[in-house]
Formats: sequence, C-alpha cells, structure tokens
Amino acid sequence: MNDGTLNVSVFPHRHLLGIEGLSPVAISLLLERAASFVELNRRHDNKLATLAGRTVMNLFFEDSTRTRTSFELAAKRLSADVINMTVSTSSIKKGETVVDTAMTLNAMHPDVLVVRHADAGAVQLLAEKVNCAVVNAGDGRHEHPTQALLDALTIQRRKGKIQGLQVAICGDIAHSRVARSNIHLLNAMGARVRLIAPKTLIPAGIERLGVEVYHEMEAGLRDCDIVMMLRLQSERMQGNFFPSTREYYRFFGLDYAKLASAKPDALIMHPGPMNRGVEIASDVADDIGRSAIREQVEMGVAVRMACLEVLCAKLDEEAGQ
Amino acid sequence: MNVKLDQPLGRVAYINAHLIDPASGLDAEGGLLTDGEVIADFGPGLFADSVPEDAKVIDCHGHVLAPGLVDMRVQLSGSDFTSSGRAAVAGGVTSAVCLPGTDPVIDDSSVVEFIARAARKAGLVKVYPYGAITKGMAGLEISEMGLLAEAGAVAFADGIATVRDAQTLRQVLSYAATFGLMVVEHAEDPSLAEGGAMNEGETATRLGLPGIPKLAEVLIVERDLKIAELTGGRLHFAHVSTAESVAAIRQAKEHGMSVTCDTAPPYFSLNEAAVGDYRTFAKLSPPLRSEADRGAIIAAIKDGTIDVIASDHCPQHEDAKRQPFAQAATGGVGMETLLAITLELVHNGHLSLIEALGLITAHPAELLGLEAGRFKKGAAADLVLLNPDQGWKVDADQLNSKAKNTPFDERPVQGRVLRTVIDGRTVFDLKT
Repeated sequence: MNDGTLNVSVFPHRHLLGIEGLSPVAISLLLERAASFVELNRRHDNKLATLAGRTVMNLFFEDSTRTRTSFELAAKRLSADVINMTVSTSSIKKGETVVDTAMTLNAMHPDVLVVRHADAGAVQLLAEKVNCAVVNAGDGRHEHPTQALLDALTIQRRKGKIQGLQVAICGDIAHSRVARSNIHLLNAMGARVRLIAPKTLIPAGIERLGVEVYHEMEAGLRDCDIVMMLRLQSERMQGNFFPSTREYYRFFGLDYAKLASAKPDALIMHPGPMNRGVEIASDVADDIGRSAIREQVEMGVAVRMACLEVLCAKLDEEAGQ
Repeated sequence: MNVKLDQPLGRVAYINAHLIDPASGLDAEGGLLTDGEVIADFGPGLFADSVPEDAKVIDCHGHVLAPGLVDMRVQLSGSDFTSSGRAAVAGGVTSAVCLPGTDPVIDDSSVVEFIARAARKAGLVKVYPYGAITKGMAGLEISEMGLLAEAGAVAFADGIATVRDAQTLRQVLSYAATFGLMVVEHAEDPSLAEGGAMNEGETATRLGLPGIPKLAEVLIVERDLKIAELTGGRLHFAHVSTAESVAAIRQAKEHGMSVTCDTAPPYFSLNEAAVGDYRTFAKLSPPLRSEADRGAIIAAIKDGTIDVIASDHCPQHEDAKRQPFAQAATGGVGMETLLAITLELVHNGHLSLIEALGLITAHPAELLGLEAGRFKKGAAADLVLLNPDQGWKVDADQLNSKAKNTPFDERPVQGRVLRTVIDGRTVFDLKT
C-alpha cells in the first residue's frame, strides 16, 4: 500500500488540530490514503510496517472508549507502539495543568500525541508546547477533525462524491465539535450544508460559516442526500435548551415520517454513541439500507491510519531537511 | 529607581515645556516651578527672562508637561503595591483608584487605612480606594458607606461583580444619595454571562467557545439607569463596551441625568478578533466586542458620552493565563499602556491632544473629587513629561509590572512617558 511515494507537500501542517484551514487538496490527500486502507483492514493479515519504531500516545482528558480504541487500532495496524493515557481529572484538580502534562509526556519523546480535552483550544495550547505531531481527537465544542474525515469517506464511498450534495446536520449544533468540523469540511469539498435544530441549539453567527439554518425537520430535510444526526450533548448543557427529551424527539428526532421529505436514497449518519428514541428512532438507526452508522465506525480506523501516516511522513520530511 | 524620601527637595524649574492642562485649557510653551512637594508657579511666560538661581533645572526640550495621569480603575493584587506602583509611574499614572477586591476586601474603614498605608510604603503612585458597595462584595448587605467615605473611600464599587438584585441596587443608590456618594457599576448580567468566555458571535462559534451576549451589559445598563432615575443616586458605569450601552447612557445624559461612564483602552483599540487562536491575554471582562462596537465606543468618546478612559489594570499570574481559554483568568495589565493607547485617538484624528489628556487627568479627578489631575499653585506637584509622537513597541517581557498579561503585546504605539513626578520627586525617568 505504502509504496514510499507518499507526497505530503500538499499537506503543509505539522499537526492536525482542525479542519478549518485545511485546503481541499490536503483533505483529499487524507481521504485518498484512508480509502486505500479500507480493503486492507478487512483482511486478516492487515498489518503494515509503516510506523514501526514510532510511538503514538493517546492522551485523553475526557473519557472516550470509541475514539481512543479507533486511534489505538489505527496505530497498531501501522506497527506503531501505542501508549494510552487517560488523565484522571483528579490530577488536573491537584493543580497540574494541561501544559504541565504536555511537557511531561513530551520528555518521553512520542512521535504523535492524540489528544482529547473538554476545553476548546486546549489541544492547540498543548501543541504549542511539544515537539511531536499532535492530532486533535476532540476539543470541547471546537473541532473533531477525524470524525469529519471519516464522515466524508463514508459519504464518498456511498455516493461516489461530496461535491454538490445537499447535507443536513440535525440536532445539538451548539455543543457539537462534530458539527463544526463537518461544516468546514463539507463546505471545503463543495457540498451544501443545512443545519436543523431548535433556536436554543443554534449558536450565534453560525450562518457566517456558510450554512442555511432551519428550525423545522421536514423543511430542512427536503431533498437532502445526507442526513447527519448529532448526539444531544447533555453533559455539556447548562440550563434549559429544550423542555424534555420527549418533546425533543417529537419535533427533532429522526423517524421515518420526517425522513420522508429527504431524497428516497438519503443516507443516514450519526457519530455515536446514539441516544435511541431521543435524536433518532431505533428502526431508522438500524435500517441497513439507509443507515451508514456502522460503516462510519469502520471508516474511522482507516481515516486515523491515514492521519498518522501523513503526520509521520511530515516528521520524516522534517528530519530529512 | 530608588526614591529617597528624606532628601530635601528645594525648587525645581521645568523649562522649555509644552504645558498642557486640560482642566484650564492651557496649551502653550512655558515653564513650571515646583517648591518642595507642591507647584509654586506655572505659565507661558515663566522663566522667559530668568530661572531662579537656587532652582534645579530640568529642560523639557519642548516635550509635553501635563498633570500626572489619574487612573480611576485598577486592581491591585495582594498588599504589596511595589510592582503595580512601578507599572503606574512608568505609565505616567500618579493617582490610581483601586477596586475593593484587595485582600482583605475594602468593606471596612480599617481596610481603607491599611490600603493607604501599603501605598505609602511602596512610595510610588498615590492610591485611592473604592469602598465595596456590599459587604464582602457579595451583593447582599450594604456596606458601611458613610464610614468608609469618612475614612477615605472615594466612591463605591463591587469590584468585578454586578449588583445582581434590583431591590438591593435600589437601596444602595438611595442610601448612597443620602451622602452624595458615587456608585460604580460593572454592568454584566450574571446569568446571561455565566460560563461565557468571549463575546457571543461568529468568532466564538468558530472557536467553539461559550459566548457572553452584548445583552448582558445592555440589560444592566438600562436597568440601572431606571433605578438611578427613581432614586436620584449618582451612578457611574465602568468599562462600557457595547454600542447599545453607550446609546442608552447618551440618551440618559440628554435627559439630564447625572450619570457618567468610562471605558478602557482595549474597547476602542481592539475587537474580538484579537482572541485569534485562543489568545488568553485577550480574555477580558467585559469581553472584547465586535468592530461595530469598537466604532461606537470611539464615537461616544468623541461626543462626550464617555467621560473617562481608565486602564482597567488587572495583573494576572502567568499560570492563570496559560490555560485553555475557557479556564483562563480574565483581565489585562494596562497602566503602562494607558497613555499610548489613548493617544491613538489623537494620532487617528479622533481627538485633540488636550482632549485626550483630559480623559485621563482632569475628568476622572473631577468625577471622584480628587485634588489631582490639574495644574494648581499650592497643590501637589504630580506631573508627567511625555512625548506624544515617540514610537515604541509594547513588549510584554519589558513591562515594569510583575504580571505581563497585556492584550497589546507587540503592538507598535506612539506616545512615551519620559518622566513622572509625584509630590515634586521624580519617581520615573525613562533614561535611567
């Protein structure tokens, strides 16, 4: 797969901190590399030596099983050594700062740090203090770039393109890093993006990011090719954004009745984990013909392999100069 | 530099000065003579023929000699004022009014005396305290305003907190009116601002940061104006930052209300874009607003709606700023850049030099009833010698204050303090 001719000159970045600021060419490079890993991952002899001798550290300040496991698997498929660090919130409470933690880990000379943190900008702050490459695995409500990339890869494989598609992102936009990364990526790749949510979950000024805002599912979903549902981020909510999950489901939960206004072949996506019966009906989520939710998880590993591969190639390039 | 307090002062003649005294409108070439700690004489013709033989001569080389700056809003941390004092005099500030959020809080007359003593010990800037509006600045019980004022509190403020309860504010303003005391409000509705890290809008949304809506300020300004109208209390708004706030205050002034306000340099020289990639030095309270608000603040300074420019000096330890943006402390140091950023209004053609200096000398002194901010025979010789055109670049690491959290780091500015004099003594000299 990796024939040694990987051209990373179109990816002029040391870190992957967000989708904002990435050129369409840089995004395409990551998607092309990821696509090449998909078939490989389905084989049993699926290990590559690309990152042999490299060390990848997963540094999670926020609990996550799915994303961490996906990164771990991606690194192992490429033969990197992987260390998982879940930084208990208690050591942060003891006064150790993000920067202190970063400095400590930096002294162990990892090649890539994969970082998740509950605060927007924390991953960038950390990236400024270390020598290795940093991948943002989600920072507050800011960005989650690998999620947007795996969504894009899923769409590309199912629809054959991204350009020109009508995509609706529905639900808790306000607290969602997935929504922000997807808006940037889909716009960069030429899709048209709509957001659908109650007004309380639409953050101020978001239309300036190049989206159309709807507050009604049927109107918002009309003629859409892709329906992306978001998880309600109850843990990040302070105050009254909606009166009850029952009412939320009635007006904004995806069921077949609401889905009827989208295109007949509209693809249903969800970043997981799902709140069944809150933002999405179980039968819709499990509809093998319409739902790409399981495929998204599969693409996650391939996309993260591509990100690690490209960032390490940048490290090689840097060392060679 | 070391100040020798016991050294006899004698007479000092400041010759070849460009005298600017905004209080009297004096703007002319001339000289000023100090005798001991006070101003003995000044004027256009002074020293035209000769300089008194016993006087030490300081040649101003045509630079501007003005009353020392009066900074009506600074936060002092701890009880050692040396670092803040150095920052003040390097910025030409000779009188600073400190918020009551010191340790201990200035909500008791004994603390007023304690603060005055600590300032005298540092021997640099003159420090006047605000008294707390409510005990412990908790927003519940009115502090002993009368006793605090008797002890020397020049006005009342609950630091960086808003008086949350309307009924409490009504009683505060009524009670303060009994003694003719001024209440200074930080206008920010706590429930609308809660959890917010920067101005609400596109930039906050892009950065994934929780926003503070402009409404948080506007709502309190409008509420407070209504309550002040009802009670007749003397109300002042600190660091106004939005177009709607100044519009409301302008309208109240037009209706004859005795309301006043100030703003701080960040609100007319920066906007929310300064937050950029999570720059915590640009995390202020109130937050930096939109470009349209910045324009409205400048317009309000020009038309007199805004009475005063204050530095809003707020030193923060490096560790408190080296945090993810939402966790980082708010505030910026400002005394050393107060003059230069204010003079941007002159260099950009919005104000004349004497108007700009009035906003940081005579106006705040007059508002607070301080014997400062103007040239007056027999009054304390608190002076600043400055070159309004001299360019320099703000460098956080080169600041005199221990805290380096300036939102203006690396900004090229014009206007330099050359010398600062307090009670006749030179306490800052750029050359040394």
